[in-house]
Amino acid sequence: MPQIFHRSSNFLSRASIIGAVVLLGLLTLALWEITMSPWYTNQNLTVQQPVPFSHRHHAGELGIDCRYCHTSVEKSSFAGLPPTQTCMTCHSQIWTNAEMLEPVRASYRTGQSLSWTRVNALPDFVYFDHSIHVAKGVGCTTCHGPIADMALTYRAGTLYMSWCLDCHRQPEKYIRPRSEVFNAFYTPPSGNQQLELGRQLVKEYKVAAPQYCSACHR
Amino acid sequence: MSEEITSRNSIDIEAIRLKLERDGGKRMWRGLQELSDTPQFRDAAEHEFPEGADSNSGINRRDVMKLMAASAAMAGLSACTKLPTEKIVPYVRPPEEIVPGRPLFYATSMHQAGVAVGLLMESHMGRPTKVEGNPEHPGSQGGTDVFAQGSILNLYDPDRLRSVVFESTMSDRSTFASSMGNARVNFETKSAGLRILTGTVTSPTLGAQLKKLLAKYPEAKWHQYEPSGGDSVREGTRMAFGKPMNPVYNFEQADVIVSLDADFLTTGAGHTRYARDFARRRDLAEGPGSKLNRLYVVEPMPTSTGSVADHRWALRASDVEGFARQLGAAVGVSVPAGAGTSAVPADAIDAMGRDLTAHRGSSIVIAGEYQPPFVHALAHAMNAALGNTGKTVTYTESIEAEPVNQMDSLRDLVNDLNAGKVSFLVILGVNPVYTAPADLNFASAIMKAQTRIYSGQLSDETGQICNWQAPAAHYLESWTDGRAYDGTVSITQPLIAPLYEGHSAHEILSLLMDDVPQSAHDLVHTYWESQGPEKGRAYEAFWETSLHDGIMSGTALPAASATLRSDFVQQAPSAQTAPSGLEITFRPDPTIGDGEYSNNGWLQETPKTVTRLTWDNAVMISPATAHQLGLADGDYVTLQLNGREAKGGVMLVPGHADNTVTVHLGYGRSHGGKVAAGAGFNANLLRSSTTPWIATGLQIKKTGDTYTFATVQHQYAIDPDTQGGGQDFASETAFRRDLVQIGTLDDFKKNPEFAQNESNQVEYHGPSLYPNFKYDGYAWGMSIDLNRCIGCNACVTACVSENNIAVVGKDQVIRARSMHWIRIDTYFRGGLDNPETYFEPLPCMQCENAPCEYVCPVGATTHSPEGLNDMTYNRCVGTRYCSNNCPYKVRRFNFYLFSDYTTPSLYGVRNPNVTVRSRGVMEKCTYCVQRINAAKIRSEVENNRLIADGEIVTACQQACPTEAIVFGDINNPNSRVAKLKAQTRNYGLLTDLNTRPRTTYLARVRNPNPEIRA
Amino acid sequence: MEPEGSRKNIAVVDRDPILGPGHTLGTVTTKISDIVLTPGITKGWLAGFTVAVTLFLLLNVVMTYLFAYGVGIWGINIPIAWAFAITNFVWWIGIGHAGTLISAFLLLMHQRWRTSINRFAEAMTIFAVMCAGMFPLLHMGRPWMFFYMMPYPNPMWLWPQFRSPLVWDVFAVSTYFTVSLLFWFVGLIPDLATLRDKAKSRVKQTIYGALAMGWRGSAVHWSRYEFASLLLAGIATPLVVSVHTVVSFDFTIAIVPGWHSTIFPPYFVAGAIYSGFAMVLTLAIPLRAYYHLEDLITTRHLDIMAKVMLATGMIVAYSYLVEAFMAFYSGSQYEKFMLMNRMAGPYKVVYWGLISCNLIIPQLLWLRKVRRSPVALFIMALVINIGMWLERFVIIAISLQREFVPGKWDMFYPTRWDWATLAGSFGLFFVLFYLFVRFLPMISMTEMRTLVHQTEEEKSHV
Repeated sequence: MPQIFHRSSNFLSRASIIGAVVLLGLLTLALWEITMSPWYTNQNLTVQQPVPFSHRHHAGELGIDCRYCHTSVEKSSFAGLPPTQTCMTCHSQIWTNAEMLEPVRASYRTGQSLSWTRVNALPDFVYFDHSIHVAKGVGCTTCHGPIADMALTYRAGTLYMSWCLDCHRQPEKYIRPRSEVFNAFYTPPSGNQQLELGRQLVKEYKVAAPQYCSACHR
Repeated sequence: MSEEITSRNSIDIEAIRLKLERDGGKRMWRGLQELSDTPQFRDAAEHEFPEGADSNSGINRRDVMKLMAASAAMAGLSACTKLPTEKIVPYVRPPEEIVPGRPLFYATSMHQAGVAVGLLMESHMGRPTKVEGNPEHPGSQGGTDVFAQGSILNLYDPDRLRSVVFESTMSDRSTFASSMGNARVNFETKSAGLRILTGTVTSPTLGAQLKKLLAKYPEAKWHQYEPSGGDSVREGTRMAFGKPMNPVYNFEQADVIVSLDADFLTTGAGHTRYARDFARRRDLAEGPGSKLNRLYVVEPMPTSTGSVADHRWALRASDVEGFARQLGAAVGVSVPAGAGTSAVPADAIDAMGRDLTAHRGSSIVIAGEYQPPFVHALAHAMNAALGNTGKTVTYTESIEAEPVNQMDSLRDLVNDLNAGKVSFLVILGVNPVYTAPADLNFASAIMKAQTRIYSGQLSDETGQICNWQAPAAHYLESWTDGRAYDGTVSITQPLIAPLYEGHSAHEILSLLMDDVPQSAHDLVHTYWESQGPEKGRAYEAFWETSLHDGIMSGTALPAASATLRSDFVQQAPSAQTAPSGLEITFRPDPTIGDGEYSNNGWLQETPKTVTRLTWDNAVMISPATAHQLGLADGDYVTLQLNGREAKGGVMLVPGHADNTVTVHLGYGRSHGGKVAAGAGFNANLLRSSTTPWIATGLQIKKTGDTYTFATVQHQYAIDPDTQGGGQDFASETAFRRDLVQIGTLDDFKKNPEFAQNESNQVEYHGPSLYPNFKYDGYAWGMSIDLNRCIGCNACVTACVSENNIAVVGKDQVIRARSMHWIRIDTYFRGGLDNPETYFEPLPCMQCENAPCEYVCPVGATTHSPEGLNDMTYNRCVGTRYCSNNCPYKVRRFNFYLFSDYTTPSLYGVRNPNVTVRSRGVMEKCTYCVQRINAAKIRSEVENNRLIADGEIVTACQQACPTEAIVFGDINNPNSRVAKLKAQTRNYGLLTDLNTRPRTTYLARVRNPNPEIRA
Repeated sequence: MEPEGSRKNIAVVDRDPILGPGHTLGTVTTKISDIVLTPGITKGWLAGFTVAVTLFLLLNVVMTYLFAYGVGIWGINIPIAWAFAITNFVWWIGIGHAGTLISAFLLLMHQRWRTSINRFAEAMTIFAVMCAGMFPLLHMGRPWMFFYMMPYPNPMWLWPQFRSPLVWDVFAVSTYFTVSLLFWFVGLIPDLATLRDKAKSRVKQTIYGALAMGWRGSAVHWSRYEFASLLLAGIATPLVVSVHTVVSFDFTIAIVPGWHSTIFPPYFVAGAIYSGFAMVLTLAIPLRAYYHLEDLITTRHLDIMAKVMLATGMIVAYSYLVEAFMAFYSGSQYEKFMLMNRMAGPYKVVYWGLISCNLIIPQLLWLRKVRRSPVALFIMALVINIGMWLERFVIIAISLQREFVPGKWDMFYPTRWDWATLAGSFGLFFVLFYLFVRFLPMISMTEMRTLVHQTEEEKSHV
């Protein structure tokens, strides 16, 4: 009776035992990498906007205060997006016929709003509130990254729940004095000093940093 | 649903009666079926499993969405769906007051049967989302009713008339305007044949406009017809005082109240305010010393008012007059006795008389809107005799612009129409083709007018047969004004531009008479300028304050002298013997009114008080009478009344008067919109203009079919074959489990702790393995006063509105899947003929040891350090284990995709601060956590101040007209809720399970007259 | 169960043997392997298979519709949020237990009568667990989110809620499935080798060969084989007890009257074995008749299994009594009411149905005649299967039907989708089972051969 199997099948069968395990491991790893990758989270990716607005220029070089445009950041859950009017306060004077700004002028003429693509978008079942974070000494750049150095705006964090919890579990790692909240160039004191400062501020500002579900989900 | 459910409905009354007599009428039960023992039921039970029909028949719009949702779900399986990119669109020029992300509140008002009710509207980015009562307004004092809560959904109703329609072809506003312009030019020369039909008009501006119009066009006529209007109230005062007047009651001062078939707590002018005042006198804050009022009610059909009465007798509507005569005699009004009414024993009447006379000047006798004028006259006479006039009852000039007998007014119109005298008929916001009594035959009469102009929200029965249909503006879309029950004027200011080029009545009239048509705003604005002394800037200031406060200060009508005419008794209908034969009583529906809200899903699904019925009206009849007529619950019958007929399902209502039938109006709409379609039957088909509310000579014939009602509190039999294992043990259950604690004032005085015992005292004393969690900081809790609750369902509707709760439809309600986060359990005690009724609002108890939490496999429901039982929809996978383990069964599950994701106009009504739940997730009452968080954030931003007591108000609490629900921080001993929980009446539900509920109840204390034995 | 000492009585004449007379190593092997190796398929098999496939297709329809619309297609509601799906889950998982008991437990007990039934009993276990495992997924509101139930690294930094019995289920059931599958497969290896060698066509040789994993029957192979089987048996035995205990926790952990009871674990395990053996008989009796295996699966086997059923049945009966007793002894009005509602409530028919199916009718098993008549036993098995399903329904749905607050009592009416899902699960089960009897030896040839051998020996000793 002829052999059914080639000798190599012995090896194959043995190899498959380890192989299966290894393959499974790799698969899990790959999945994890994908979920954490910018491709999936949009982290650090700039997006096409009607006008190539540069925070680097406005907030960085010109040093315009965040609140000049994001007016409601201290009183509302929503930081506020500048109405065309705000743009035109300056741009009716300077760069009045820059090609780049035509959409803005058009919007002002026609009354048609500019339609921006949202960069930092949370799922609809998450209820984030700017006012409280600002009040508790969470700086703009803490979440929005080096905004003053962004030629085109991108999402600085993954915006995953883990990303939120990282701070909500140890606020002292990130809290800064209220006076510095809108300072786009603030650099936290290094290492332990930050922790000490943080702990003290957490006490001073009564930072609760809630971790129960209804704090953000309802 | 197939026969099984309907078969469960039919009942053997005698059997029940015997059972109830057996145990002396002092036992709790929930509904007839429970008490019944029927062969049908046994059949149903003996099939191993009765087969349920299936709900999905055919593919419709939402089904398609569901399929799409499913496929999306499959995509979700791969866990590789990327977050969608969102657009974000700023203003071009920002409006001043709007801070994006923050709601604004505006005072405005709505009209209920013409009477203005003050409201406070919540608006998100220019989008009204929630109705609240206006605390400044005398008519509401911050409370609301189901209609006010539901009214906002009418604004976003997808079926609304969306453009001007001419001869059933789409037209537009300018064409309409120009055509009206032409008409106007003709009227200049010849105005004969011009007729205006409106509802009750209390709006001074509109009144002035109409009078101006009549002055301008002398041959024109103005008719009024409000389908559920208070004709009898008007005519009653006319009879008593010789001129129509407006009675205003002060229930806060009343120690003894007798209601002659008046459901003054939930219907009629000022009912919200009356409910509040009444409830203030059911408060026991002072313990045994508190002064409770006493309420006597006689009524045919159990209502909220009857249910909270200390003494109630079921009386045929037509027998109320006889009773009134007897009572009148007892309090010293000289009136010939009418037909004696056996239902109320004479000694009881004497006792009532004594009670009333003992409280001269601090009692009220009030007659129901649907009682004949003479009963009203009698009530006024009694109040006069009791010296209440000027104290608890005051009279003002009528709040109407032109008080007329509206039934006569309508009849005139019909006669003119039939006589061909009408060429140009303008109908403003009423739907007579549907609402007018059948004998007037309005539908055929109206066709005799050449030009028929209709302005309404829907293209309804009337709109269908008019040449012009002009969309009417919703009260949130246009300017107007109106008078409250006491005459106070409030401006109705719009919160949103008309969604579908809606006109207001003001504008249409202006088109018809002004050379330069004016906007509603200008009309109202200029009218009041012409009235007041202030002009120019001073007036603007006054105007602003009036808008801001929602009321125009000092416009309440002064009390006018009302001297009783000596001869009113003479003009009484001769006291005839009570008409024989079966009687029928018509009433506007408790949740959808006279049809104005037929197309309102929220209100359709709001359970009606006592019957707990949704999505239907019924032929409501007393068990005894049903037994005589051989009718069973759920029989589909034909009603015949002098030649006209209608078909409907029979519903047995314990406590209903014998030999009479009650049907609610507002159902059976032929052109009422998609929601209204197919719900209930049209009772107007039976009505006649001579006896619009009470008629005799009704014939009931079985059709042989049965009809399935969607009641939210399921009533069914327990097969009582095994003795002791019969329904006896079941009906006792509610009683034995101390879910509803009841005592009389005497019990309470004897033992203030009567409500508390081992199984329901709030502090659990049994053994427990774990120490209790320490709640420092806020600890949210709620207290519900059963002595104040009138079971009006305002809280239910408010909750639906605040929390984006989905409407599930009749079929799903039958399947026990209604989504209401708060429900009003209703229990009965005592015999079938006239049981005591008890309401128990049941939101989430927010247990400190919540059984639902530890069984959730994914931690979707967890506890907050402030004692909230959080529900995280986006984590929920829908095992429903939490619901199984919830002893109060307050959790609701999205068995299908109940939320409507596809109708754009409905996006507007949603609360942006509450997630719209999708299919397959559990949901429940959150104590309005969105409001709690908002307040917390506000307080902390305002450098960490504490939240003041009363700063957070839950939707149900805010809506409650009787202030029965109070929410707050129980860690703060000075908070209202902490004080209430400290009362001796305080008890918890099922606390013997050591759930430690945060929601607790204050026991019901009744105040019966010791001279009358129940 | 047979006492340990019974082995020496095997040859005693008044006890008929567990192996028909006149069997040699060769005959048993051929008799079993022929069923598998004979080309072509028999009419009977085809007929049965067609029915099974039809039901299986029905299951697919149900699942599509279910995922498209949601669990609302079933009759469940609030308060009765669990009904058929969970009932089926518990029932199927219970069925499985007999297989494990027979193959693992009895192996350790050296009960040799198991040899001729353990193979398809194990197969039954695996298929039953597959059917069972399906239901928790189907009954979820958002099945596509099932992975929330598993502990895995995630960007939400969240774990499942380990206090919830449903999470324990996930582990219990998956472990149970894995172990049973391994055990079954290891047992198959020598037989697969036999098939490989007896097979004529190249295809069969390759497939069976691959599955046999190069089994040569060398002494080393045999010793490893024995060792592996014992080891797995050792692991599997505790599972017999643990799995259904955990399943019973789904109920005992809750506070629902009728669920919250300490007697459930033993009660459920006994019930599981009870229904499991019933299922084994339901399968064995037709098989044995159809493939003429009377002398491999002898009346003796039927008799023993019947006795096991009787024994476990009595334990179950005892549990019912204790449950009833405790309801009153507890003095808890909720417990009392729950029991009254079962016995006299709207679903009393179901309750009494279960009592008669599980308690009264099985008493006939005391009669030797019944135990030894295949037909009677078959009917009895069916009755018990139904009874056990009803028992689960009563526990799950009827306890919820009237719970604490009368204001929210309600009724449960199964829709046609409820029935379809149940029927569909049978489809899945039988499709798998039919394929199994056709393509794998339904009785372990290896063990039968040992049995023949031992029987020879004992004969010679007499």
